[in-house]
Amino acid sequence: MNTVVIKNLTKTFGKITALDNFSLNIEKGKITGLMGADGAGKTTLLRTIIGLLIPDNGEILTIGFNPTTQKDELTPHIGYMPQKFGLYEDLTVLENLQLYADLKNVPQEFDKMLEFTKLAPFQDRLAGALSGGMKQKLGLACTLLGNPEFLLLDEPSVGVDPISRRDLMKMVREMITHETTVLWSTAYLDEAHSFDTAVVIDKGRVIYEGKPHDLASTPQEFENKVIDLMGGYKQEVSKIAQNYTLLKDIKDCTVEANNLEKKYGNFYAVKNNSFCINKGEIFGLLGPNGAGKSTSFKMMCGLAKPTNGTARIMGIDITKDPEKARSNLGYMAQKFSLYGSLTVRENLEFFASAYGIKFRDRNERVTEIIEVFGLKDYADQKSEELPLGLKQRLSMACALIHNPPVLFLDEPTSGVDVLTRRDFWNHITSLAKKGVTILVTTHFMDEAEYCDRISLFYHGETIALGTPEELKNKAGATTMEETFITLIKESEGE
Amino acid sequence: MFRNFFRRVFALMKKEFITIWNDPKTKGIIIGLPIVQLLIFSNAATMEVQNIDVVTLDRSQSVESRELLSKFENSPRFRNFYYVDNEADFKKKLDTQKVQIGLLINNDFASDIKSGKIASVQVIADGRQTNSASIASGYASQIISGYGAEVSSQKGGASINPSVRNWFNPNLEYKWYILTVIVAMLSLVTTLILTALSIARERELGTFDQLIVSPLSSLEILLGKSVPPLIIALTLTMFMTGIVIIFFHIPFAGSFLLFMISIFISLLAIVGVGLYISAICNTQQQAILSAMTFMMPAVLLSGFISPIEDMPVALQYLTWLNPVRFFMVLTRGIFLKGMGIGDVITNLIPLIIIASITLTLAGRTFKRKLG
Repeated sequence: MNTVVIKNLTKTFGKITALDNFSLNIEKGKITGLMGADGAGKTTLLRTIIGLLIPDNGEILTIGFNPTTQKDELTPHIGYMPQKFGLYEDLTVLENLQLYADLKNVPQEFDKMLEFTKLAPFQDRLAGALSGGMKQKLGLACTLLGNPEFLLLDEPSVGVDPISRRDLMKMVREMITHETTVLWSTAYLDEAHSFDTAVVIDKGRVIYEGKPHDLASTPQEFENKVIDLMGGYKQEVSKIAQNYTLLKDIKDCTVEANNLEKKYGNFYAVKNNSFCINKGEIFGLLGPNGAGKSTSFKMMCGLAKPTNGTARIMGIDITKDPEKARSNLGYMAQKFSLYGSLTVRENLEFFASAYGIKFRDRNERVTEIIEVFGLKDYADQKSEELPLGLKQRLSMACALIHNPPVLFLDEPTSGVDVLTRRDFWNHITSLAKKGVTILVTTHFMDEAEYCDRISLFYHGETIALGTPEELKNKAGATTMEETFITLIKESEGE
Repeated sequence: MFRNFFRRVFALMKKEFITIWNDPKTKGIIIGLPIVQLLIFSNAATMEVQNIDVVTLDRSQSVESRELLSKFENSPRFRNFYYVDNEADFKKKLDTQKVQIGLLINNDFASDIKSGKIASVQVIADGRQTNSASIASGYASQIISGYGAEVSSQKGGASINPSVRNWFNPNLEYKWYILTVIVAMLSLVTTLILTALSIARERELGTFDQLIVSPLSSLEILLGKSVPPLIIALTLTMFMTGIVIIFFHIPFAGSFLLFMISIFISLLAIVGVGLYISAICNTQQQAILSAMTFMMPAVLLSGFISPIEDMPVALQYLTWLNPVRFFMVLTRGIFLKGMGIGDVITNLIPLIIIASITLTLAGRTFKRKLG
């Protein structure tokens, strides 16, 4: 029995072929993981299956309906959670659930759902005030309302910490019946390894379909196999790092936090946070969503004012002389935050000037950066039209245009495919070797392994600080993910 | 130091221009809206002037007066002619709006020409039909002057003076008033919306954080954010003023330099308000709603709808806080009445104070919003 039957499906957007003569069956009552590089066609596939996009060619049957002509009959049977779920941020948790129950015409019984999501204590909180993990849980809860027989999830775990990620997985597994079909698109390969079926697509075609355990027995091995399927990753010398020249030098404590504190009313978002990052060190800030690492990060780069304590970059207090301190800083935000209507070149030119590069040197520098970052073919394209991986590369190019001695990365790889992530970290570690000091936040626990030192954050305080090995030993765990969960649980127990 | 400053401000300004230009919606608001509005007005104004109906009272009944009237009859712009022999009928035709203009030729018309004096023809326009009346009387004056030139070449010294009167609305003030105010209004709306959206949009997209994290100072951001809308709005105002002068024949009475300075300072005050709104709003939707919330009372209390002198005393004082009030007084005053430098300065001082307060507030708010 198949929930979805696709035969020779083609879908193009202008010159780009998103799905190319695509055929796939999705088995009923199974969880199918959908993987692939950015722009491989995952989202297009999901949207075509439920009739949000109309295919150019080919056949598609979803639960026996043709999604193009019978969308109205099909919709009541499916639950679709897009990448950015449409929560109403000005409504409370409960009001959001009530709204979606009304929209789906199902009874307003949320007790079980609230208990499962652990959102019961927050049901009167505005959805906009929830942490990233809780928002995703609420989005999933709204999708699960009415027990749809076919569930489509488009990267629900992007930007979510390991604990919330486990909760999401648990929610899906326990809220569905053995009749329910799930199609789950994900960038986390360990997640995909636990599913019944794995489908890897590349350039609009299926390149692997089968049981994940047939491909590899452990998640790590599975990741490597999938990378091989996607064309393989060859570690090359980082041109970006080669091109980098350290302009300023300072011995130790390139980045320093001294008793940083942020208080909202009586609530401490961050409490006596101190650390000193040395030149050439990669320092990771880890912690569950809402633990205060974003706030710390913001205080470090001057986006939030600390209520107490100081943050120094290259010895300069960020609150006292923000312009000077920031000129030493390259910053890459979590969300793509460059000017979408400007071309790649215009964005680079703008940031070059903003960081005080002289007009005479600017064109040369911009051309050089475009070359090094491999953006030459896209230089005159509007940046909003770039695929995610290239957007992220452009963000990094803008952050590095002035050769800053310090680089701040706020979840730089969130929502990026595994190949791009490996490539990205190759550049980062090479830059660190050149003497760049790097502060990074991430939810990928395998990425934490790249850090020289990690500060684990929980409830606004550092609960552990040390090298990845030290933390693993402390927790008595073998992987960073286990370490993370064990240490958080321990601190809760205290 | 200074070089760095200008380099950064310039980069920011360039970026603003590209962003505005590349966004079809914003481009529509700043170019489409004013031009469409002005086109609607100009169309309404030119629609009736092809087929002008005329009433004539020819008291001269001479060869010369017949000759003049035949020039009118041959003009394609004039359609029907009603010849009356008394003033009561003449008045009635105009009053019932059967005709748009009346031509009154006096007894001494022919004798004045023959004796080489200045003869005069009265052109009487229906001031209630403001646009067509002014345009029709313009044509009429042209024909009369043309005939006058012919006459004087035959008989030296003689000339004909068309004297235009507007009955019912002697100075046609309403149309002039409306058009100058519309120019001010359109540049006000454009400036306010452009600035109100600018920071809120960046905040929504997340690019504002990126700006704050760069070495740009608040002053630099403020400058980079206010100059492009100012330039756009100033260009637009000049353009619209040109249209008003050329197509609507509204004479520009005052000093053009004073006019531009006044517009500049008025818009600066509006830019301050817009940026302040933008700095306190988190989304574009909030910014647009706040801009509307400011605009409605500001326009109502500007003296545009009802004269300030007729308002309750308390409200009259309140209008001193309203930049739009001074903006209106200045545009209308300089444009139509040739307001002198003294009066201009009296009205500019409050605007300068308002502008410096709102701009300072906006600059400070960027920082405070950091939390």
